[in-house]
Amino acid sequence: MATATKEKTSLLANIRGRLEGVNLRQNGIFLALIALILFFAATTPNAASLTPGNWSNLVVQNGYILVLAIGMVMVIIAGHIDLSVGSVAAFIGAVAGILVVRPLEQDGWDWLPALPWWAGILGALVIGALVGVWQGFWVAYVGIPAFIVTLAGMLLFRGMALMTLQNSNIGPFPDEFRAIGNGFLDKENALGAALGFPPAFNATALIVTALGVLALLWQAINQRAGRVKYGQPVEPRTWFFVKLIALSAMVAYVGFQLAQANGIPFTLLLLVFLVVVYTMIMNKTTFGRHIYAIGGNLHAAMLSGINVRRVNFWLFVNMGALAALSGVLIAARMNSAVPKAGDGFELDAISSVFIGGAAVQGGVGTVTGSMIGGVIQGVLANGMNLNSVGIDSQMTVKGMVLLLAVAFDVWSKNRK
Amino acid sequence: MTQNILEMQSITKVFPGVRALDNVSLNVARGEIHAICGENGAGKSTLMKVLSGVYPHGTYEGDIVYENKVVAFKNIRESEAEGIVIIHQELALSPHLSIAENIFLNNEIKRFGLIDWNKTGQEAQKLMARVGLKENPDAKIKDIGVGKQQLVEIAKALSKRVKLLILDEPTAALNDEDSAHLLDLLRHLKGQGISCIIISHKLNEIAAIADKTTIIRDGKTVETLEMGKGKVDQERIIKGMVGREMDNRYPAHKSKVGAEILRVENWTAYHPDDKNRVVVDNVNLNVKKGEIVGIAGIMGAGRTEFARSLFGRSWGTNISGKVFINGEEANVSTIRRAIESGLAYATEDRKRFGLNLIDDIKRNISMASLHTFVKFGLVNDNEEFKVASEYRKSMNIKAPSVLSITGKLSGGNQQKVVLSQWINSNPQVLILDEPTRGIDVGAKYEIYTIIQRLADEGKGVIVISSELPELLGICDRIYALAEGTITGEVAKDKATPELLMKYMTAEKGKK
Repeated sequence: MATATKEKTSLLANIRGRLEGVNLRQNGIFLALIALILFFAATTPNAASLTPGNWSNLVVQNGYILVLAIGMVMVIIAGHIDLSVGSVAAFIGAVAGILVVRPLEQDGWDWLPALPWWAGILGALVIGALVGVWQGFWVAYVGIPAFIVTLAGMLLFRGMALMTLQNSNIGPFPDEFRAIGNGFLDKENALGAALGFPPAFNATALIVTALGVLALLWQAINQRAGRVKYGQPVEPRTWFFVKLIALSAMVAYVGFQLAQANGIPFTLLLLVFLVVVYTMIMNKTTFGRHIYAIGGNLHAAMLSGINVRRVNFWLFVNMGALAALSGVLIAARMNSAVPKAGDGFELDAISSVFIGGAAVQGGVGTVTGSMIGGVIQGVLANGMNLNSVGIDSQMTVKGMVLLLAVAFDVWSKNRK
Repeated sequence: MTQNILEMQSITKVFPGVRALDNVSLNVARGEIHAICGENGAGKSTLMKVLSGVYPHGTYEGDIVYENKVVAFKNIRESEAEGIVIIHQELALSPHLSIAENIFLNNEIKRFGLIDWNKTGQEAQKLMARVGLKENPDAKIKDIGVGKQQLVEIAKALSKRVKLLILDEPTAALNDEDSAHLLDLLRHLKGQGISCIIISHKLNEIAAIADKTTIIRDGKTVETLEMGKGKVDQERIIKGMVGREMDNRYPAHKSKVGAEILRVENWTAYHPDDKNRVVVDNVNLNVKKGEIVGIAGIMGAGRTEFARSLFGRSWGTNISGKVFINGEEANVSTIRRAIESGLAYATEDRKRFGLNLIDDIKRNISMASLHTFVKFGLVNDNEEFKVASEYRKSMNIKAPSVLSITGKLSGGNQQKVVLSQWINSNPQVLILDEPTRGIDVGAKYEIYTIIQRLADEGKGVIVISSELPELLGICDRIYALAEGTITGEVAKDKATPELLMKYMTAEKGKK
């Protein structure tokens, strides 16, 4: 009898030991996303949620929120918040309209020639960064809580968006500009035709997906090998491969679906690029590591020589630039700059970050987690739309998901 | 009917992978002061959590007999209802509420469902008189000193008709006067029949106040000592705690003192909130290569303020004075510049100012020297892991790996992480502020060894400490600080506690 209990405990301990290296929070949220996708595949009429066109929609409809979430997670890890990003996106959309499309009559900007689309985007990003300079100045150097500064900014920049647009819309945008929000890589499948691919598949999409999967595998295996070489503890091998294969399969599946629609959206390419770059910034640069240190213990960070003000300042400049990019994506997608653009997007971005496992107190969070959090919200909205669920129920569900996701987080943290 | 108020019988508490308590027994007689001693991590707090119901009945093995019946507390509420009250090291008071409100927090005196403020004030005053707290019951907690806050906690316990009072490190944050008052109060309460369990690292206090001392080591009861007058001294308790005779609490060491490495001239700093109040007043001192220099001073003498104002002006305003490192004037106007000039400062309060408690050991060790791990703009986290692992070994940080979260380590191990962090910033002079505060005897010895090793490597070390024996034990030279001024400088061979105490309490004004 005694030996039986002993064996049982040692088995449990064994399983616990194996799970030790596994990040429960991050993996849990990933599994939740998969479950959600399967759920809607089963419930939507004719599995409409799995059609190639829907996958494509899912990406372009959520791109601008995800861009916001990247900046937002950094701000939240440092222990701040940014309520102004929706308004800033609207303001920058308006600015981009003025710069690229040109103008409203007698708006006082007549002297300015319409800029080429790329210069307009560049200009919009710079002005977004300047918005960040403004907010960063108040937060970092005057010491006003970000909640207040950005609450003011929420009104301020919405007001500026209205002023810039003089209560009307600007559009349409040139085709190149629109492509950022709506376009696809090699939509005409020219490469496929040249290579003699079946016309149902976009050859470029397949090739890019294949390259993406290879890059993913290479990076993951390489990183693990490096860690093993240095004797760092790593995830159990089986778990590592199961996870990697599942992830690769998912990427391949989505790529395969997109290849049957219009190909890979530019928005997706942009997002993948941003996620890779910002994940690197957060994990492997001193700037990113200082953000975690500041969020984890402000005093300790200061006393270890980190220039906290400078980090906070640049955080908001970065957020401003990303909000601007989001504004450009929105304007491009809607093909017009409108005063109401980005209304409430700050809350979607903040929800994405918290569903993605960030802590309200700061110090904890990841870019990839926030992306998954954002995609969960996107899949939820998309699936409910396909099931003709009313907007009233949609809001209720979104609220509950945010609450339960954070509750799960708190529970899993307290369990220890 | 036995005369024991509490009998904990063969308590065993298992956490995944760890036997935190192994067959521990504890008997507390009615109206006695019973001390529990043990190194950090020995299981003292776990035992108290079992007793108070933080770990509910069923999660441990063994029986708790209280007031002659077996009890099965499911939470703190139930144990408090029976008169068992714990006062934790970190006080649980609400800073913006008044003394009276805090005393009756969650135990309010009500009439017809509304709080009866007149009665509350009256009862609060009675309780305050019992604990000897002379304050206005309407004073806010944040406006009274930490010693008085401790008394408020005890008054609060009395309001719950406490029979068994448990104090976890009650005097850790108190100065000598407040500590003495608190110990008097405990004797007084004992006279009123209140039993008391006290957990403390201050062995001289235990020797002075306890009737019995139970020593716990590695989750097991080692022994229970009868403390009768003068029978048991500190050395005896230490022997039980560490399991060996520690006739020498300070490792023997011969410093090889070289050329001057740090000189501070006319250092003056004012209080940041009160720009007319001088807190550090014209301090001059020097440290030589390989030398361990102590700074002694009573609470409020300005020791920490001096160190922090020196370290990148991280405290104070209107700071003036000159700093020379290796004979050259150094720019220490920001923390970054102070670090680059070769200074390091390990804080007295590692949880608030020293560590990112939610992050791992590795990232804490690299925090002040992260730029040295950067290659091509990217932090090499494998190198970081390697370096941190080397520190884990050389500093004997007890953790499964450097990926363990620092918040879960014991005080001694956290302190080793703080020291590693600063050693890795490659300083010339380390200022260690209370390097052994709140850590157990065994870990203290290790910290002393590390300090001596740093000196042997040719660094200058300044140790700030409230414990005179510690300074006398490890320093080559000691400065005494009183009211922000250096009032004396004593070499090791001439230093006595009496002499230092004389300097530390010297009157300002005629210098």
